[in-house]
Amino acid sequence: MVAIISQDPAREPAPVPGAAVTPAALLVTHGERELLRLVVVGSVDDGKSTLIGRLLYECDSLLDDQVAAVERASRGGAIDFSLFTDGLLAEREQGITIDVAYRYFTTGRRKVIVADTPGHVQYTRNMATGASTADAAVILVDARQGVLQQTRRHAHIAGLLGIPYLAVAINKMDLVDYDRATFERLSAEVLTLTSRLGFAEVRCFPVSATQGDWITKPSERAPWHDQTLLAWLEALPHQRRQELAPFRFAVQQVLRPNIDERLLTGRVASGTVRKGDRVVLSPSGRTATVARIATLTGDLAEARAPLSVALGLDVDVDVSRGDVLAHAGALPEVSGAVDASLVWLNEAPLAVGHRYLIKCGPRTVPAYIERIHHRLDLESLREVSAQSLEANDIGEVRISATRSLVFDRYRDNRATGAFVVIDPETNATVAAGMIREPYLGEGSHHFYSRVGAEARAKRLGHHGLVVLLDGGLAADAADRIAGLEHELFRRGVVAAQVGLDLEAAVALAKAGVVALAAVAATGRERARELLRAARIPWTEAEAAEDSVDVVLLAARQGVAS
Amino acid sequence: MAELSASHASQTPGAHPHHSHLDLLEAEAIAILRETAAELSNPVLMYSIGKDSQVLLHLARKAFYPAPLPFPLLHVDTGWKFREMYQFRDAVVAELGVRLIVHRNQRALDEGINPFDYSSQVYTHATKTQALLEALKLHGFDAALGGARRDEERSRAKERVFSFRDAQGQWDPRRQRPELWDVYNGRVRAGESIRVFPMSNWTELDVWLYILRERIPVVPLYFAASRPVVARSGTWIMADDERMRLRPGEAPEPRRVRFRTLGCYPLSGAIESEATTVSELITEMLTSRRSERAGRLIDFDEDGSMESKKREGYF
Repeated sequence: MVAIISQDPAREPAPVPGAAVTPAALLVTHGERELLRLVVVGSVDDGKSTLIGRLLYECDSLLDDQVAAVERASRGGAIDFSLFTDGLLAEREQGITIDVAYRYFTTGRRKVIVADTPGHVQYTRNMATGASTADAAVILVDARQGVLQQTRRHAHIAGLLGIPYLAVAINKMDLVDYDRATFERLSAEVLTLTSRLGFAEVRCFPVSATQGDWITKPSERAPWHDQTLLAWLEALPHQRRQELAPFRFAVQQVLRPNIDERLLTGRVASGTVRKGDRVVLSPSGRTATVARIATLTGDLAEARAPLSVALGLDVDVDVSRGDVLAHAGALPEVSGAVDASLVWLNEAPLAVGHRYLIKCGPRTVPAYIERIHHRLDLESLREVSAQSLEANDIGEVRISATRSLVFDRYRDNRATGAFVVIDPETNATVAAGMIREPYLGEGSHHFYSRVGAEARAKRLGHHGLVVLLDGGLAADAADRIAGLEHELFRRGVVAAQVGLDLEAAVALAKAGVVALAAVAATGRERARELLRAARIPWTEAEAAEDSVDVVLLAARQGVAS
Repeated sequence: MAELSASHASQTPGAHPHHSHLDLLEAEAIAILRETAAELSNPVLMYSIGKDSQVLLHLARKAFYPAPLPFPLLHVDTGWKFREMYQFRDAVVAELGVRLIVHRNQRALDEGINPFDYSSQVYTHATKTQALLEALKLHGFDAALGGARRDEERSRAKERVFSFRDAQGQWDPRRQRPELWDVYNGRVRAGESIRVFPMSNWTELDVWLYILRERIPVVPLYFAASRPVVARSGTWIMADDERMRLRPGEAPEPRRVRFRTLGCYPLSGAIESEATTVSELITEMLTSRRSERAGRLIDFDEDGSMESKKREGYF
């Protein structure tokens, strides 16, 4: 039986004379490519499907029978490259692309996943689907039509979704006689449009998808240009943003393989985790040490984003799906309220006050959209006020969730700053969201207190306050902070330590307590920002008993003011 | 021209080599498998014995290690698979200790529906599509994990990773849920279900390279050996058992062939080959110019045939 279900290692490598290809060599040559996710966008009839068909054909990613089928369908004329990608019956009937299709080709260096997206405005949601994971985008512009509203919409969505690299393919150059002035005029127009959308790089190409100019081969019909689209794609820097960002691991499931062991499954969304690392769980703030990084093929010493692993912790802390592990000193945000950009995807418009679900990583929480800050008008590119968002609208909103979200700002971390909005009545995915900021202002914790800060101060004899203390978590610093807490308490101040947990500090200070937070110099600026945003008074001091007078003064000044 | 382009950001020198595309495809698939187990209440892994099923099973074992698989395997059996496939299936189940459910559309088999007397549409609809829908309903599965890939066929290229099916098991390609980032919406009502495709972004070459890298066992029919075949529709059909209906003038002859995809033996075309190992097979693939489904007779019934089958619930 074993013989049937085992690859016979004795037969690998292949002992074929003249074909000495070892498994190791095959894997090195073909199995270790970089992965590039590319999305092709643009208005209807700008030639997306044709461009992709051309890329696949010229990168040898189509097979004889596929080519033969398309040659038959092209009825003897020149190959209709768009037929390689439009797959649904309704699409071929209507001659348009309805849904995003994924295609694959390889270059010397890369495996490329191409999302071919629809240009029609009513299928913008499918365009957003294809663009959400992309490392690079190609936007097509018809050289005769110029920049259309849909071009602007797609460029905006691509920028909003954080795609770093944008190629602008000024297409159908054959129909404007490869006129350089036309190309440069349109290039300048597009670059003006894209300059404030946050791309790391934008490059324009004069192409003809039907004729093949400057796509994979240089063209003598536009000799004034210097780089093919394929060469540009091949030269793009490999995306390591997620690897270089702070460590995040969102728990997908808790496995209990046996009575003694418990493992947290999930993906290293960003950064690196090593065996022995101290980690902090959010939102609980509990800490633990990574005892093992388990995989079927053996434990690992470290795991880098975006690997899927299972983590064992040294202590049996309470963990559930959606909790996020991070390193102390670089924690994710925890907040029930956020300001976010939304791309509305559903025919039913956004309803302020309707109960939605927010799914951010593995965490799903009920939430309300409290207000719409504005909608982006795609004609004028101005922010205009809005009562609702309709299908394909882009806007900014404030979301208030009934439980805490654990996240990063989308611009800092695409994996932990993204979410979808689901309507629990229909289960439809109604919007895509990108978190801009946590909202820590009035009412953000979903309760409205009738006890004001003044009343609390009167009762306690001092104001609520956060004290940012130097010294980090060194053993003697902890000792000195404990000493300060004790001395403050002795002198009538309600003081409490919060360790590194600024959220707890904010909550305590709101309740009138003097919260002592240990924040290393590196975390200072972020802490100040957070406290400013939350409108909490704070002071900064040495972690020492001597600081007691400084803190007392600040707490009393709060009373006086 | 240069001024129309901002300069490339310099590549950040990393202490580590990049993860290969196989690493990334694996990580993505494992995350999808885990998400399915977490979001749906009663998932099942569609196990069709072929290479893609073997890879999916391997990925599932990785996803839940060191715990056992949290869901059973389902083999929708037409009764016409190759004998070696049944042997292989039973050996895998015994070795890994996984739970396997085998389901057949007994009514269709009792009616005598077979791949010789019925068109491939009728046969496939009864023994595969109907049988699958029956099995999902019988066991109340709300998620069916499959090894299908977007590179296999044009309508598959459009399918979501979490692909929603209504209470009748139907796919509506015009109303698919938007699927952004790796945030999957697995919410269903009673009777509705999700087909989940963790290997959506893999190509046939990726599958074989991964099989090579991970030493995943596969049915020996994928490797060249002398087998009794007859020539039909430009391909080689193997006379695997005594039920094979030979047409007038046909006589099985031994040929050195292998199969790129495995299904019902009367409908699975073989290619002539010398590849007897995974490495040789990959080397042969790299020079071959035919897509793997070219060997399947059922996709050629009509234009858009796979899409029609999928709308009805075919996997």
